[in-house]
Amino acid sequence: MSANAGMHHGGHEAPEGHATLRGYVTGFALSVILTAIPFWLVMDNVLGNKQAAAVVIMVFAAAQVVVHMIYFLHMNSRAEQGWTMLALIFTIVMVVIALSGSLWVMYHLNANMMPVHDMRSMP
Amino acid sequence: MTVIATQPQSIEPVFHLEDEHAHADGASTMLGFWIYLMSDCLIFAILFATFGVLGGNYAAGPAPKDLFDLDLVAINTAMLLFSSITYGFAMLAVERGKVGSTQIWLAVTGVFGLCFLGIELFEFAHMIGEGATPQRSAFLSSFFTLVGTHGLHVTFGLVWLVTLMAQVAVHGLIPANRRRLMCLSMFWHFLDVVWIGVFTFVYLMGMLR
Repeated sequence: MSANAGMHHGGHEAPEGHATLRGYVTGFALSVILTAIPFWLVMDNVLGNKQAAAVVIMVFAAAQVVVHMIYFLHMNSRAEQGWTMLALIFTIVMVVIALSGSLWVMYHLNANMMPVHDMRSMP
Repeated sequence: MTVIATQPQSIEPVFHLEDEHAHADGASTMLGFWIYLMSDCLIFAILFATFGVLGGNYAAGPAPKDLFDLDLVAINTAMLLFSSITYGFAMLAVERGKVGSTQIWLAVTGVFGLCFLGIELFEFAHMIGEGATPQRSAFLSSFFTLVGTHGLHVTFGLVWLVTLMAQVAVHGLIPANRRRLMCLSMFWHFLDVVWIGVFTFVYLMGMLR
C-alpha cells in the first residue's frame, strides 16, 4: 500500500504486510468456502466413510489455517528479517512433536494396558 | 590456556565503537508479540493433545453426538469469521487515518465477538443443565478446558478492544495506538486460527466418532 509505505520506511516500524481490501475479502471468501465444505461433509454425511471424512476435514482445516496466516496475519518470510517466520516454523515443529507424540504414546499406552483386568487368564 | 599466551601483543586492540543504530520506540513490539502468540499456540497445542487423548473417555456419560449442535457451532464459526474481516476493515481504516470509521469497525468487531461469546456460554449452560458438567467425564473435562480457554482469550480480546476504542477516542490514531491496534489484530486473527482447530477437531471430529 502506498499509503502506509511512508510511515514504515527503514524497516523499523512494524511491517504491516500487504493489508488491502482485496486481500481481506479474498481471505474471507476462501475461509467461508473452506469452513462450509467440512460442515456440509459432516452434517449431511456426504462421504459415508468416517475415516475418509476425518482426513478430508483435517486437510480443509490445514488449508484454512494457511489462508488465515497469509491473508489475515500477513505472514511472509521477509517480515522482521524472517524472524517471525522462524518463530512460526519453530512453533509448528514443537506443536507437531507435542501433538503426535502425545497421541502416539497415549494410544499405545491404552492399547497395552487394555488386558490388565483379565489377569486371571494369564499363565 | 596456551591460547592466551599465543595472542599477539603487537596488534592494536580493536574497539567496536559503532553502536547499533537507534531503534524507534516499540520497534520490536510486533516480533515480541508474535513470539507471545507462538507461546500461546503451544498452550493450545497441549490442550488439543489432552483433548485428543481424553476425548474418547466418556465414562458412560454423554458423547459428542448427544451434546453438540452443529448448527450452533456453524453460527459461532460465522460470528468469529465475520469479526475477523471487520477487524481487517478497521485496520484498513487505521491505515487511511480515519478515526470514525476505525471506531465503527472496531465496534462491529466487538459485537460479533460478544455474539460468539454469548452463543458459546449458551451452549455451555445448556450442556451443564443437561448434567454434562466438566466433572462428568475426562472427555468433558478436556472439552471445557480447551473450548473455555479459547473463550477466555476472546473475552480478554474484547476487554482489550474496548480499551483501545477508548484510547483511540481520547488520543486518536497516534503511532502508539496504531501499534496496539496491530497487536490486537494479530491476537484476534490468531484466535480465529485456533477456532479452526476447535471446530475441526472437537466438534466435527466429535460428531464423526
